[in-house]
Amino acid sequence: MTSLPLTARLFDYWVTVYRRTWRGTVINSFLTPLLYVVAMGVLLGGFVKADPSHLEGAGSYLQFVVPGLLAGQSMQLAFGETTYPVMGAVKWHKTYYGMLATPLRVADIALAHLSFAVVRIASSAAVFVLVMAPFGAWSSVPGAIGVFLIQLLVGLAFAAPVYAYAATLKDEGGFTVIFRLLMMPLFLFSGAFFPLGNLPPVLEWVARLTPLWQGVDLTRMCALGTWSWPAALAHVVYLGVCAVGGTWLGIRALERRLVR
Amino acid sequence: MPEVMISARELRKSFGDFEAVRGIDVEVVRGESFGFLGPNGAGKSSTMRMVAAVSPISGGELRILGRDPATDGSRIRARLGVCPQEDSLDPELSVRDNLIVYGRYFGMTRPAVRARADELLDFAQLTDKANARVEDLSGGMKRRLTIARSLINEPDLLLLDEPTTGLDPQARHVLWDKLFRLKQQGVTLVLTTHYMDEAEQLCDRLVVMDKGRIVAEGSPAALIRAHSTREVVELRFGVGEHEALADALADLADRVEVLPDRLLLYTDDGEAASVAVHDRGLQPVGMLTRRSTLEDVFLRLTGRSLVD
Ligand SMILES: Nc1ncnc2c1ncn2[C@@H]1O[C@H](COP(=O)(O)OP(=O)(O)OP(=O)(O)O)[C@@H](O)[C@H]1O
Ligand SMILES: [Mg+2]
Repeated sequence: MTSLPLTARLFDYWVTVYRRTWRGTVINSFLTPLLYVVAMGVLLGGFVKADPSHLEGAGSYLQFVVPGLLAGQSMQLAFGETTYPVMGAVKWHKTYYGMLATPLRVADIALAHLSFAVVRIASSAAVFVLVMAPFGAWSSVPGAIGVFLIQLLVGLAFAAPVYAYAATLKDEGGFTVIFRLLMMPLFLFSGAFFPLGNLPPVLEWVARLTPLWQGVDLTRMCALGTWSWPAALAHVVYLGVCAVGGTWLGIRALERRLVR
Repeated sequence: MPEVMISARELRKSFGDFEAVRGIDVEVVRGESFGFLGPNGAGKSSTMRMVAAVSPISGGELRILGRDPATDGSRIRARLGVCPQEDSLDPELSVRDNLIVYGRYFGMTRPAVRARADELLDFAQLTDKANARVEDLSGGMKRRLTIARSLINEPDLLLLDEPTTGLDPQARHVLWDKLFRLKQQGVTLVLTTHYMDEAEQLCDRLVVMDKGRIVAEGSPAALIRAHSTREVVELRFGVGEHEALADALADLADRVEVLPDRLLLYTDDGEAASVAVHDRGLQPVGMLTRRSTLEDVFLRLTGRSLVD
């Protein structure tokens, strides 16, 4: 028995979970970008009359902010899918223990859950990309497809390490900490809403080192058609390390938690 | 030679400094039904989880279905059915979906698992609840679903950790009947329980566990014969009188046991002992002569009641 068929045995479980919840998710992923774009792109953007040369190549504030919002949404969904649901499966409902009593192994369980998180993030990203298209957010069709694919990487880069963290927690108090001290600051200060050049030099460099900036810049370059290979490669490697390293840590953390 | 399903030698389990299982020897053969009887914290669940190939052993040797759980866990689990002490159902899915997704974990095809789910819904008397969400079920219904789920893959070895805790007496008897049928079909049963009547009904052979050790082993009848008398006279006096009266009655029985609410006289002739109690002019509030049960064996071996 190899690992792939065993992991795939969880497919029906996650499809069943998805079928139960997709309606709410779709409405959410439809409304969120619309509300954001009206508030930020149209209403706030109406006041932002910056010279396009200060907007990293975007023709308007709307074009500037939309890719940042999308990367930020992917991050937030990743946090959502890998915090409380993991606590539930380990501690509240013990569904993971049920799975572990079958031929499935810890790695199968973790990989299937992370795959599901990525599918969730992907479906929201797809809706986001479609909803934003009429607003002229994407410079080209291939650019729009690229923006979508980038969200899979951004999503896993956050989902996997957060999953590892969640698997070590004894109670949900630790989630509030990372939501407030990690997710919100990242969302606000990683270049989604304003060019990083506006920050004082030291803070600018700190912001350039954050994982969300990698995702924001990658998404934005792809959306605006301002792609630069060296920068893109650096972002992809950075996010790839988070994704692969996080997955490895996640499996290890879950093993320690469940197998005792 | 019957096939050995479980073989444990000097089996141990530690959690940090604490030893939950302290070197037990167990052998279970195909078709047998075997029980672990013991009070809270005896190490029954810890043992069951090692046998279920989900908890690594801390010492000794363990073979399940002839394989080593440390290296062959997944293949062992493919042939087991497990009903854990704590339910691990998905509360947000329907009753039927819980069964179906579980069958898929064993690699069953969708048509096979659907058919099997219908059979098991009937088995657990949950057919009219098939589409209800699990979180809307009563505790006893969840328990029945958990047991049904453990049968999804038609296991060779069924591990039941306190299967009937939380069931009402009627549901418990129905379940005993079903388990008895499974046993007749050749399924090997291993169960833990606090209930001596359950152990007497279902187990060909059992071990009494206490503080991580096995303190006795045998068939229910043999254990009673070896560790108790044929009959027991239960006497109730006023609160606080039991201790003092124990000495006065010591010569009427092989052994006298003092419990907070009653005195137990162990004797082969309960009738004679009852008459003798009255002859001494004692007026117990309540008096009852009964046969010895596993509860008495347990009290004898551990100095404690089974259900505390
Ligand atoms: N994961 C764990 N970590 C630390 N201690 C544990 C763990 N699991 C069990 N124990 C301890 O091991 C001892 C035996 O527990 P176990 O659950 O095996 O008992 P049991 O016989 O099943 O009891 P009960 O009848 O209450 O279910 C207990 O003292 C318990 O606190
Ligand atoms: Mg137990």
